[in-house]
Amino acid sequence: MQKLDIKKKIDIEEILNDLENYHPRRKGWTWRENVDGGYKVGKFHFHDMTKPLKNSVPLPAAKYFNNIDPQPQPVITTEIASGRFEDDIRRMRMAAWHGADHIMVIRTTGQSHIDGLLEGSPEGTGGVPITRKQIRASRKACDLIEDEVGRKINFHSYVSGVAGPEVAVLFAEEGINGAHQDPQYNVLYRNVNMYRSFTDAASAKKVMSDAGIFQIDGAHNANATAKEGWSVMPELLVQHGINCAFSAAIGMPKSQIGLSTVPPCAPPAPKMWYDLPYAVALRDIFSEYKFRAQQNTRYIESDIEEATRTHVIDTMISALTSADIQSTITPDEGRNVPWHYNNIRGIETAKQTLVALDGFKQLVKIDRDGPLGEMVRDIKERAICFLEEMVESGGYFAAVEKGFFVDSAKYPERNGDGIARDGKGGVGAGSIIERDADYMAPVCSVFGHNHLPAGLNKPCDPIDGCTLCKPEKIAYIDEIDQTDNCNLRLAKTVEYRKGNMIKPEAEWAGDGTVLIQLFVPEEIEVAKVAAKEIAKKMGLLDPEVINAQVMHPSEGTFVEVKGKVDFAIDRTTLKIPPKEEMLSEEEIREGIKKIGLKVVAGTVGEDEHSVGLREILDIKHGGIEKYGVKYHYLGTSVPISKMVDAAIETGAEAILISTIISHNDVHRKNMRKLDELCREKGIRDKVMIMCGGTQVTREIARECGMDDGFGRGTKGIQVVNSMVKLLKEKKRI
Amino acid sequence: MSEERIKKFEARRQQLGQMSDEQLKNRFWELCDQIVEPMVDYGRKYTSQSIERSVLLRMGIDSVTSQGVVSRINEAGLLGKGAGHVVLKVAQKNKVDLRAAAKSINEDKAALEGLF
Repeated sequence: MQKLDIKKKIDIEEILNDLENYHPRRKGWTWRENVDGGYKVGKFHFHDMTKPLKNSVPLPAAKYFNNIDPQPQPVITTEIASGRFEDDIRRMRMAAWHGADHIMVIRTTGQSHIDGLLEGSPEGTGGVPITRKQIRASRKACDLIEDEVGRKINFHSYVSGVAGPEVAVLFAEEGINGAHQDPQYNVLYRNVNMYRSFTDAASAKKVMSDAGIFQIDGAHNANATAKEGWSVMPELLVQHGINCAFSAAIGMPKSQIGLSTVPPCAPPAPKMWYDLPYAVALRDIFSEYKFRAQQNTRYIESDIEEATRTHVIDTMISALTSADIQSTITPDEGRNVPWHYNNIRGIETAKQTLVALDGFKQLVKIDRDGPLGEMVRDIKERAICFLEEMVESGGYFAAVEKGFFVDSAKYPERNGDGIARDGKGGVGAGSIIERDADYMAPVCSVFGHNHLPAGLNKPCDPIDGCTLCKPEKIAYIDEIDQTDNCNLRLAKTVEYRKGNMIKPEAEWAGDGTVLIQLFVPEEIEVAKVAAKEIAKKMGLLDPEVINAQVMHPSEGTFVEVKGKVDFAIDRTTLKIPPKEEMLSEEEIREGIKKIGLKVVAGTVGEDEHSVGLREILDIKHGGIEKYGVKYHYLGTSVPISKMVDAAIETGAEAILISTIISHNDVHRKNMRKLDELCREKGIRDKVMIMCGGTQVTREIARECGMDDGFGRGTKGIQVVNSMVKLLKEKKRI
Repeated sequence: MSEERIKKFEARRQQLGQMSDEQLKNRFWELCDQIVEPMVDYGRKYTSQSIERSVLLRMGIDSVTSQGVVSRINEAGLLGKGAGHVVLKVAQKNKVDLRAAAKSINEDKAALEGLF
């Protein structure tokens, strides 16, 4: 497999090629690399930033800061699982370029109840069916992507459900770097029998531990499930404590165990009064463990901006306390299965916040003397009382039967809505079997009683090596279902991925999904129906309102409608404007010298903006002066007639006007007026006229009679380049 | 009952109130360790079909075959011996490799007879 070419899309077929012989090049988790003494880049000295990437997309404002792209301390997570791993791979590449180095794949609905492994590449719902083929292809792609960006990528999925031990072995064999594993999750949310769940978990954790797979627990689900997430804080400590203590007892190093923790509250509540003491209490009690800070999902609605704002505050809590991994929630999670670019938005929210808060703890300190200290203490004491009551009630299994967990009241109060499970019930009830005295498993990473023959170097000696020691022994199954696999899906989208057809997409190649945003000046119920009709008239198929926000009960509503287009654009029919060919600086200087180029310049109309034009003109900003142009600057709010008169007086070869205000198309009017006036005065042939401004493009300017036009971000050299070229065309130089 | 619980909580809390932060932390972990011990014991002493399939995977037997083999071994009442143990015995007895042994367990009901 060749390395990736930045200018080309990743070749999925190439990744699938020879997959049966692929083995991961490393196992275990990788943290970001620190820069000793802090990271100095451009004019800034960062305190907590890590080794920069070889290739990346920086934050949008980076162009004002020499395109720096500082990478914060925590590993950044994004969850990608559209149901088709072949499309997820492309999203993983985009995510890595924006700063994600922990890619989590959610499993397809119902996989946790499947007693055994799935194989092949069937399509998933709300996630990907985790099979050897799908994770192997994804890990192989991550190898290529991590080489491209220059930072290791941790690939992650879930070791839960009734096939936990097998999934753990699969992950160990295939070099999966991180996984969720929490037997309490199976019991409470998946109704797996509690004895089965813990028995399996012990085996799974041993395998994960030996393979260096970083473990994340499932406690955060309690605050995603309970009606008042912030009330269950004492219980959350208990759930984290049980999984941590259980994992450590199995032999997993504490540095490999992560708490999945979410700030449980959200605005309009006074979030900090709940989330900050909770975060501090957790970090006190679990100081030897790692923290995976997740963002809140419980209260996010269909409004992307609202989700983002809450996530910024969640991330700020990480910066104020600590986070080894900063997870991100796609801001569209409240309205659909995440779309490509919303993964990127989530990652950017974390990156932007953490970069802004670099070294924050050197600037501010948590005040434990005030109310915070009392609240921290309160959470810890309640959690300990919870544990004491569990012991008194007969231990964990008895406590689950009595509905101790996920009760929405604040302990010790009870609302009676906790999740109670019967020890004799649930999926896999009665399915565990006591090991005989001569029980034996002749493989590595076995937990518990194992009666191996004496004198072995390794437990797998009797079979001459297990798959964990000899990966070539792994049995690879390619496909089982000939009607549901990636080869069939890929064949249908090849024209969009490798051919000339261009179709917009949100999740899958060729899905045609688009989103329109509109303000409808009607009350919400009318607006939603109207918006859908508008989308229909625009030609969208299956239009669906996915967000509507009242601007005023009767004045109007902001609506977002998704739909699909059923056409594709043929790339060969597109007229892509050629990239401007730049003359060399030498040629430009020579041309300017030959004619002694003089220009008059000013901001026209009732417009006081001066910065943009000054940057085009001044030598200090690399403006046209630098190349030998003499300019006469008339200032701001200059009447067009004055510009023309000045050009005549000074014998200038060009008039450069700036027009920033575009209200009522005044920029177009100014341009037309300049052209007309130059014609009236009989100088249009002799004088070049050019215009710049934020709403100006070459096309608009030429439509309005200009010789050229320049938009946002133009540099002086582009303006002189254009003038010299024009003079050459006119054979004046 | 509820009132009694709240009373007990208040009493417990009063005791905790005497403790330093460090002592609270130690108490928390002491209780967690105590609570998980019976669960760890289950992990040591018991096995399940999934655990046994995971052993066979490590022996190089594919997931589809493992499914059938572990079912057969379970039906034969031999899961307590360990599925890997059983497959190894069959391989040794029939002088075939592990994959062939696994296949024979799926195909031949007699394959599991007289092993132990």
